[in-house]
Amino acid sequence: MSKLPRDSSDNEAPGVPIFRTWRGVYLFVAACFAAMVIALTVFTRFYA
Amino acid sequence: MNALDWFVLLGTMIGIAAYGTWRTRHTDNLNTYLKGNQSTKWGTIGISVMATQASTITYLSLPGQAYENGIAFIQNYFGLPLALIVVCAVFLPIYRKLGVYTAYEYLGQRFDQKTRLLGAALFLLQRGIQAGITIYAPAIILATVLGWRLDLTIIFTGLLAIVYTVTGGSAAVNLTQRWQVAVIFGGMITAFVVLLVKLPPDSAYLAGAMGKLQAVDFTPNLKLRYTFWSGVLGGFFLSLSYFGTDQSQVQRYIGGAALREGRLGLMFNALFKIPMQFFIVMLGALLFVFYQFQPDTPLIFNQTEWRRQVQGPEGETFRALDTKHRELHADKQVKIRAWVAARDSGDPSAEMAARTALVTAQKASEATRKEARATLERASPDAKKTRDSDYVFITFILTQLPHGVIGLLIAVMFASALSSKAGELNALGTTSTIDIWRAFRPLAAADEPRNVRNAKWFTALWGAFAIGFALFVSFAENLIEALNTVASIFYPALLGVFVVAFFFKRVGGSAVFYAAIGAQAVVVGIFAYGKFFPKHEIGYLWLNPIGCAACVIFSLVLQAVIGGRTGGPPVPTSA
Repeated sequence: MSKLPRDSSDNEAPGVPIFRTWRGVYLFVAACFAAMVIALTVFTRFYA
Repeated sequence: MNALDWFVLLGTMIGIAAYGTWRTRHTDNLNTYLKGNQSTKWGTIGISVMATQASTITYLSLPGQAYENGIAFIQNYFGLPLALIVVCAVFLPIYRKLGVYTAYEYLGQRFDQKTRLLGAALFLLQRGIQAGITIYAPAIILATVLGWRLDLTIIFTGLLAIVYTVTGGSAAVNLTQRWQVAVIFGGMITAFVVLLVKLPPDSAYLAGAMGKLQAVDFTPNLKLRYTFWSGVLGGFFLSLSYFGTDQSQVQRYIGGAALREGRLGLMFNALFKIPMQFFIVMLGALLFVFYQFQPDTPLIFNQTEWRRQVQGPEGETFRALDTKHRELHADKQVKIRAWVAARDSGDPSAEMAARTALVTAQKASEATRKEARATLERASPDAKKTRDSDYVFITFILTQLPHGVIGLLIAVMFASALSSKAGELNALGTTSTIDIWRAFRPLAAADEPRNVRNAKWFTALWGAFAIGFALFVSFAENLIEALNTVASIFYPALLGVFVVAFFFKRVGGSAVFYAAIGAQAVVVGIFAYGKFFPKHEIGYLWLNPIGCAACVIFSLVLQAVIGGRTGGPPVPTSA
């Protein structure tokens, strides 16, 4: 398998407050997704 | 619907279409026509991506599905945020760097012409049929409940989308989708608020007690359609195929003012898609609670068809079912009140006993609904064309909302059909022009006005095809469900081709071309085996990782056998 064709722009500033790189944005989105799954799991346990 | 509803409906629909047509009437530049205005910002891209994905089926059928089966469908979207991160990091930068109009143009540069044509053909076949379904699905439901003529509803919706999509291309699609999404969100939030006002206290607890609020299921079972695992793994591959390789989505984000705008537009969807879908399925779960407290909850929500049968030759059977339903519904209401009282008493054992009785009453009620549906389908072939759950939300809209808001909610259904269809037509016209017509007329590539004229003609032709298909399928049975499943079968092999293109630079065009055909055969084989032997049927989401993996493995094996790099020149993938 070839090396991941990551774009060098991943290390560029996304122009979004707080975030320095696109990798930071992706990590934030992944963390939000994990938080949503946890919240939905708690929701299921609470109401089921 | 009264005059006020008609005014709101026609005003919003025709007004938005006319505005889009007028603002983009002078679009004659190929780049703007196919990719949209180069100054498009991330907000417009984000809304456009969302509007293209969510068709009327999302807003009309999903609440009904949650009404019947609970909110577990939300897990279908669990792979989406992760897939969008991959699209942002890998797919989008390559598309922008190469300046392609379509995703399949990249395949031509990376592999060869036949692989490009295969990708484009798979897309055109699948999306062309889907464009017909996008019009047909809402039209048959709205025509049934509102008493409109189905053919005229289909033709009106189709022509409206064709006019502004042909005139302004991508620029018109982006512009109109912004306003259409405003109508959709405004309408859905209004319906949700009205529903909340009408609900009794503790509604969420009642929905939970009756098994409608199971959002996440970690059971590791391949046969269950919606679990956390199928959602994350299968949903990831499905979303990666859709957002990364389906031109109707690729076209929405490659034309932004800069790479940043496309990325932020996709990240906007990664963050808000799950909350938005949660809002819609919760609407369905709360509709379920609402109808538990209504004395006249219908046994079958497709009341037009039901009443016809009640007055028909087998009316006695249908009236007997109605009587049985009323008795069971009244009994269930007693059980609900008993459960609420037991819960308020704070006695856990009493609550558990009341809950068991309530669940038993619900099962009896469901069994009667099932029997009624089967009886209706036997008596009327027309009833087989749609699912009864599709009529739940529209029944609520027409019977519980005030005039004006009814018009707004019907406008929501048409706005979502138009926004999704316009995105599809735009992509079909672009792919036909760039990947098919130009492939056979390479000398015409430099003639920009001719390219724009052809793109307009192809867009109009696909629009006409979609209308014709929608008119034709109205004579078939169960076609919507069948085609939705078949559409999901085509994605995995196509995604496999792109995965090989991005990550396996040694593999050439011939290897990946035949591997894609082999992987497609594997997916069709697994699907057919499940249909012939239902005991071994797996959830359709699992076809996505299986088909993609098969394409990658076949490509590597074939490349090893064929030897050498048989594709086109290598395409740079990093700066």
